[in-house]
Amino acid sequence: MQPFNRLNHRTLMGSVIIEHIKKTYDKGNVLALKDVSFTVNEGELFGLIGADGAGKTSLFRILTTLLLADEGKATVNGYDVIKDYKQIRGCVGYMPGKFSLYQDLTIEENLNFFATLFATSVEENYDLIKDIYEQIKPFKDRRAGKLSGGMKQKLALCCALIHKPAVLFLDEPTTGVDAVSRKEFWEMLKRLKEQGITILVSTPYMDEATLCERIALIQNGNILSIDTPENITKAYPRKLYALTASVVHKILSDVKAYPEIASCYSFGEFLHISFKNDGKDNTKELLQHLSQKGFKDVTIKEIEPTVEDCFIELM
Amino acid sequence: MRTLRFLLVKEFKQIFRDKGILPIIFIMPMIQLLIMPLAANFDVKNINIAIVDHDHSSYTQKLVTKIASSGYFHIAGNNRSYDEAMRLIEREKADIILEIPVNFERNLIREGSQKVYLAADAINGTKSGLGASYLTSILADFNNQVRMEWLQGQPANIQSINVEVSNWFNTYMDYHKFMVPAILALLVTLVGGFISALNIVREKEIGTIEQINVTPIKKWEFILGKMIPFWLIGVFDFTLGLIIARFVYGIVPAGSLAVLYLFVSVYLVALLGFGLLISTYSDNQLQAMFVAFFFIMIFTLMSGLFTPVENMPQWAKVISNLTPVTHFVQVMRMIVLKGSGFADIKWQLLIEIGFAVVLNGWAVWNYKKTN
Repeated sequence: MQPFNRLNHRTLMGSVIIEHIKKTYDKGNVLALKDVSFTVNEGELFGLIGADGAGKTSLFRILTTLLLADEGKATVNGYDVIKDYKQIRGCVGYMPGKFSLYQDLTIEENLNFFATLFATSVEENYDLIKDIYEQIKPFKDRRAGKLSGGMKQKLALCCALIHKPAVLFLDEPTTGVDAVSRKEFWEMLKRLKEQGITILVSTPYMDEATLCERIALIQNGNILSIDTPENITKAYPRKLYALTASVVHKILSDVKAYPEIASCYSFGEFLHISFKNDGKDNTKELLQHLSQKGFKDVTIKEIEPTVEDCFIELM
Repeated sequence: MRTLRFLLVKEFKQIFRDKGILPIIFIMPMIQLLIMPLAANFDVKNINIAIVDHDHSSYTQKLVTKIASSGYFHIAGNNRSYDEAMRLIEREKADIILEIPVNFERNLIREGSQKVYLAADAINGTKSGLGASYLTSILADFNNQVRMEWLQGQPANIQSINVEVSNWFNTYMDYHKFMVPAILALLVTLVGGFISALNIVREKEIGTIEQINVTPIKKWEFILGKMIPFWLIGVFDFTLGLIIARFVYGIVPAGSLAVLYLFVSVYLVALLGFGLLISTYSDNQLQAMFVAFFFIMIFTLMSGLFTPVENMPQWAKVISNLTPVTHFVQVMRMIVLKGSGFADIKWQLLIEIGFAVVLNGWAVWNYKKTN
């Protein structure tokens, strides 16, 4: 038993394997996750992309041994989430979506405290958190509750990293953080990835999906698609066009009523549309149709689909 | 061990940085200990009496003077009729009516006996009950005086049993001596019970418990890290209370301090276990507060602090004995007033150890790191 486990462990080091995980709440009335399976490879930066309530947090809590799944099996770093929960707690870092450090302790005290809980010290793994910690070090005597959102998040990341985890779980780390801090944060993640840490990050922001190596699109507890962001966008089944006009909102219903249209939805200041049959010269016909309706200043150009387009397509 | 030390350091830092909780823990109990024993006094004084004297004789005069000079009564009025006196009771000006019939003196001398009428407002049961019994004993005393006067010369006929009462352990029946040890017990219970009940649940509410639960920390380390600081606070509060009892009320524990502290130590472990148990069952601080309040209220009222456990019906006695506070209040009074030693309180100590084991075991068992 023992040698087999060790071998098994070595081959699966740093990976996360999820098989047919199902989770319900309220005695089965609320379905959070239905039959979720995927694998995260060692050293991968993996994104879990989905709207609020899609099941991201439930999945993270199952993988970090805070929640028990109803059915299915999962291993983290080669350890079973139910049987070997003790080992998992020693080798994963978890940053919950909600800031969960002690608000009445200072930055330094929080860091020291969590280092001690993991039976290590700040000095031991300082090189791992150095880049991040240097940025908040000037405020090390300030209480965590008095920090700005970006600083809180950096501190939380430091605390999650302090024991040099093999797998890092980040639950919506960039929600409610400004654009500059978000960009910085993703750069930090890339540097961590270079150190060989497997990172599982969830986000509701589609634009962050392209920053991951592979992503899983999740909706209502279902995994819609798992692939690299490029492959996912490449797999978009039709040509995609962006339509713009001075009165986009008025044009929407007319475009939708056009019989050749396969999909049409507003996307910022544009309408993203695709046609049922890409063989024909659809754009010209649509423009003619719209000018008959009285819309003159309409322009349509072909675009590359984004992850969000794919997500909407798959939903 | 290093983990535990850090947990303790963290817990103490949090307590001392909390500007709301800190005064509650240290100052409030002291203020209460200075106020409550002075207010909670069961000696009944200043009973308002309305006297309806239909006789107006020298005997009734003597009787009224005797009542007024007893120190317990305050003559609220000399009324001409019972109805008039009744109105005083209705207006809450009087608590008791004493009606003396016409020919009181004459009948007393001629026939050797005479009835008086006594009516008490029973809304405040304690006051009316005690008032009526005080008044009855004054009347009995008066009766004896009259008999003595009339039976002079035939002393052989007087047969009376003289009961000599001596109050032990609290010679002057000083109510403070009785209440202070019990109120000290109550305050240790309040502080220890509430802060421990609110603590783990606070970590749940803020979300820090999520972060703790993914660490390899052991359950017992976490619970012990919570218990030790509150235990120390409890012992500190208790000591402060003893000092106040010594210098404000002049109460020096008659028994051994070592036995007293031994008992408090065990009691606090049981009490903190109770608080932590509530904490592990509650989802937020409000819930924990109400549940803790509910139980501590029952514990206090049934503990024999205000009403003797011996007066309770059998079923209530059983409940009373099932709360840790009852035994603590009992032992406090035994050691502080009576000077009871270890041998006298060993049963109570065993019971508290039982509470400590059950409550803490339950709390550790119910605190789950995984849902």
